[in-house]
Amino acid sequence: MLLIKCPFCGERDEIEFRCGGESHIQRPASDVSDETWGAYLFARENPRGVHFERWVHHAGCRQWFNLARDTVTHEIRSVYPITAPRRGPSQ
Amino acid sequence: MTQSFRSASGGLVERGRTLKFRFAGREYEGYEGDTLASALLANGVRLAGRSFKYHRPRGLIAAGPEESNILVTVGQGGRRTTNLRATEVDLYDGMVAAPVNCWPSLRFDVGAVNNLFSRWLGAGFYYKTFMWPHWMLFEGFIRRAAGLGQPSTEADPDRYELAYAHCDVLVVGGGAAGLAAAKAAAAGGRRVILCDQDTRFGGSLLWCDAEVEGLRGRDWVDRTVAGLSTQPNVRLAPRTTAVGHYDYNSVVLLERVPGREGEARDGARERLWQVRAEQVIYACGALERPIVFPGNDKPGIMLASAARQYANRWGVRTGDRLVVFTNNDSAYDAALAAADAGARLIAVVDSRANVDAQRQKQITACGAELITGGAVIETHGDTVLKGVTVREGAGRTRRIACDGLLMAGGWNPTVHLYSQAGGKLRWEDARAFFRPDGVRDAIACVGACNGTLGLAAALQEGHEAAAFGRAGAPASPQTEEPAIEPLWRVDAPGKAFVDFLNDVTAGDIAQAARENFVSVEHLKRYTTLGMAPDQGKTSNVNALAVMGEATGRAPAQVGTTRYRPPFTPVSMASYRGRLRGDLYRPYRHTPMHAWHLAHGGKIEEFGEWQRPALYLQPGEDHEQAVRRECRAVRTACGLFDASPLGKIEVRGPDAARFVDLIYANTMSTLKPGKLRYGLMLNELGIIIDDGVAARLDEETFLVGTTSGGADKIAAGMEEWLQCEWIDLKVLVAPVTTDWAVINIAGPASPQVLAAVGCDFDPDPKRFEHLSFRTGAVGGIPARVMRVSFTGEASYEINVPADRALDLWERLYAAGKPFGIEPFGIDALMQMRTEKGFLHVGSDTDGTTVPADVGWTKVANRPVDFVGKRSLLWETNQDPSRPQLVGLSEAGGQVLAIGEHVRDPKGDKPTIGYVTSSGYSEALGRGVALAMIQGGRARIGEELVTTRSGQRVRIVEAAAYDPKGERLNG
Repeated sequence: MLLIKCPFCGERDEIEFRCGGESHIQRPASDVSDETWGAYLFARENPRGVHFERWVHHAGCRQWFNLARDTVTHEIRSVYPITAPRRGPSQ
Repeated sequence: MTQSFRSASGGLVERGRTLKFRFAGREYEGYEGDTLASALLANGVRLAGRSFKYHRPRGLIAAGPEESNILVTVGQGGRRTTNLRATEVDLYDGMVAAPVNCWPSLRFDVGAVNNLFSRWLGAGFYYKTFMWPHWMLFEGFIRRAAGLGQPSTEADPDRYELAYAHCDVLVVGGGAAGLAAAKAAAAGGRRVILCDQDTRFGGSLLWCDAEVEGLRGRDWVDRTVAGLSTQPNVRLAPRTTAVGHYDYNSVVLLERVPGREGEARDGARERLWQVRAEQVIYACGALERPIVFPGNDKPGIMLASAARQYANRWGVRTGDRLVVFTNNDSAYDAALAAADAGARLIAVVDSRANVDAQRQKQITACGAELITGGAVIETHGDTVLKGVTVREGAGRTRRIACDGLLMAGGWNPTVHLYSQAGGKLRWEDARAFFRPDGVRDAIACVGACNGTLGLAAALQEGHEAAAFGRAGAPASPQTEEPAIEPLWRVDAPGKAFVDFLNDVTAGDIAQAARENFVSVEHLKRYTTLGMAPDQGKTSNVNALAVMGEATGRAPAQVGTTRYRPPFTPVSMASYRGRLRGDLYRPYRHTPMHAWHLAHGGKIEEFGEWQRPALYLQPGEDHEQAVRRECRAVRTACGLFDASPLGKIEVRGPDAARFVDLIYANTMSTLKPGKLRYGLMLNELGIIIDDGVAARLDEETFLVGTTSGGADKIAAGMEEWLQCEWIDLKVLVAPVTTDWAVINIAGPASPQVLAAVGCDFDPDPKRFEHLSFRTGAVGGIPARVMRVSFTGEASYEINVPADRALDLWERLYAAGKPFGIEPFGIDALMQMRTEKGFLHVGSDTDGTTVPADVGWTKVANRPVDFVGKRSLLWETNQDPSRPQLVGLSEAGGQVLAIGEHVRDPKGDKPTIGYVTSSGYSEALGRGVALAMIQGGRARIGEELVTTRSGQRVRIVEAAAYDPKGERLNG
């Protein structure tokens, strides 16, 4: 069970959170090509190593935030605001 | 003759307290402090179970959690618990226990016929044999024939608990190293939890002669535990097994609360702890390995360390004439201990050519023979051990009569939890074991668990791991050099078991190697080695070494599989704790719940809410009740509890922009005081929810959702606002449970409203459909909305939840003269079906886009909204997609929901299916909705149902009042 440091509430057990998947995905305008729209919907990173994802403190403050998680060790390398650019060891 | 194998004195049992118990139908006696295993051995019970696959006779092999032969079922009725290791069951008076996997009895077992055919039943036999025509055909039979104990079919009446704890240091294992660690951590003022799977602390100090700080080992344990128990920062947890290590030092402990396993108790029976620790210190010792030689599974053969434990801890001798088979020095102490307990030591067979002179002297002093460079190559006895054949160093073989054989193949540090935590293991050639490779930052392994040999070194290591904390211990302490020469397999004909629990032999491993299943992962899956309850505690290292020999690789090259949780089996009930039955999850009740119950309401769960499906009156059946309720609404007036409807307030300067983004249709043009129906989509263009939105004022919308969708729609809005449209000035507040909703529907509704008094004109001609009024109904502040899911003139009265029951009762009383009836979900769904109103989730599924339900224009809206771009995909505009239409059965019959239909002129097996169906009281016939491919263009065509062969016609969805005139009263 991960121990996640919510930027607003502090360290809490993983069960209080929900993962919203990969973060930093730009939503295209509605006049883009099928390919661009399809990539937005379906194309996702699947790295071995640091993965940037967004989480929400669902059973707490209900706020979304970003974190960088190592998919091999499950180590959380950084937690940063939802509006901030990628922040983590490989950046 | 009871307890004939118990020594006259010694051991940690209370000889004054005799316990009676039954095992496999026979009566026995044991003492307080016994495990079921020690009590069985005290009574000379050798044959105590049958093996999993071949049903071979088996006896106890171990004294602790690594026992892989004797699994038992304990207790009766709902408390019957199965597949427990006899070594972990604390004996109590009146216990009823039986071995698993024996039928009809332990002595005469039908399944033992498998043993006769075992030549053909090796690894992969089932996969290879039951291929034709298909494995599935045989699987059920094979699975019934295999398997272990039968679980009780009754509900377990006992209580199980989930508990949580935090600490600075969690010490797992209360032997010498663990106690030293706990002591040091406690002295440093840290919060300590010390757990041990045993009923008492001490580990090997309970059964080894040792001296610590000038005290006898056991006395040092008592003194140390007594000292720890007085410290407020220490929690002692005996009978508590660490079963899993998860991320960030989250460790799961299973506590077996003291009490009689099979009988009622006041408190919990088991408690599953989730502990979050800053530092975890593993001091869980080491487990002895068996030796792989032909016939090594005969009852009477056990681990040397087990015999030593039975002798010293419980005063039980494990045989009268003992032979020891070893490849290392540790067996010698075990042999002497067994001799002390009253057994006669006949011989020690040591596979090493050279044995330490002092060891030799100890053995000969007992009057026993030492055979060096030897091996046991065969065992004798039909069901239990009667003798062994030994091959001496020079190659000569001879037979030795004995009833006990102690085997000592070396030691494996108990690295399971460290491995679960992601810790790497390193093979040490000189010591012939895998040990933790280095120290992970907040996890330390100490003592035998770390491969550290010797008591003094273990104590030092335990102390330092705690004293130095996360910084880690300094240089390793001086540790004794082991005297071991690996013997992985005795080369001789016959079945030599590697995994006793799964009946995997050295021959099976050789076969796996021949068939190229040479990786440990493949080996495990092909032979089932190391699976199931024991997770390879006794078998893993022997197996990979045997595989290494077969493929010319050293154990380090073969490697291990990563250990999995749980370390020992955990009952399913423990995982749920108290979260079962009524406590499984909270019920959601509306304010009128008690009223519903008192008026015949048949409660069912709808989207987590407990709601009346209908109200039964005396003498009525289900269908009659629903028809009566529909009739009341269509001809007079009905009262419906719509409180669970989702309500989300969306407020802010950009609220209008936001609702335009989340609805497929335009909401921003809605005028304050007005309502509008809308569809919500996900980004794939799929309909996820629908409902009516109200514009309360310029900056405030009240978004209505389905009852089941309220939570996820509100959460989805937050996600869009926080993650995507961060510049929008909008706040979202879910207010579903603040407001109860009473829906009054039917032509008499305005009169009923007038009768209870409302401060606005309820006449449906002036209070128009899809508008709302804010005022008071019966003096209670209310927001009244003219919306209808029944097709009748209808009012949804939103009132503060705590005033709802009062208003409900007054409306019901006032409506009596008008023929009012409460109606439930079933009648509501029937009436909306005959009106052709969409129900998201019934008529739609995970592929339905707006055009499929007739909303063809939203894709052309000039603005962006969630899911819009996906609607432009060609596939989502295909006119042959399934479309929502009505179906009318030729004879007026009711169609089955889910029934498929086909075109009698076409060749497709199906062109759609019935999504909603029921009997229309108003029309006197069945009505149905269906998703039909290209359905709207085919209205009027005749189809046939695929299963029942009924003739149906495609019609407009709205069967009743298609023009909607009844909405206006």
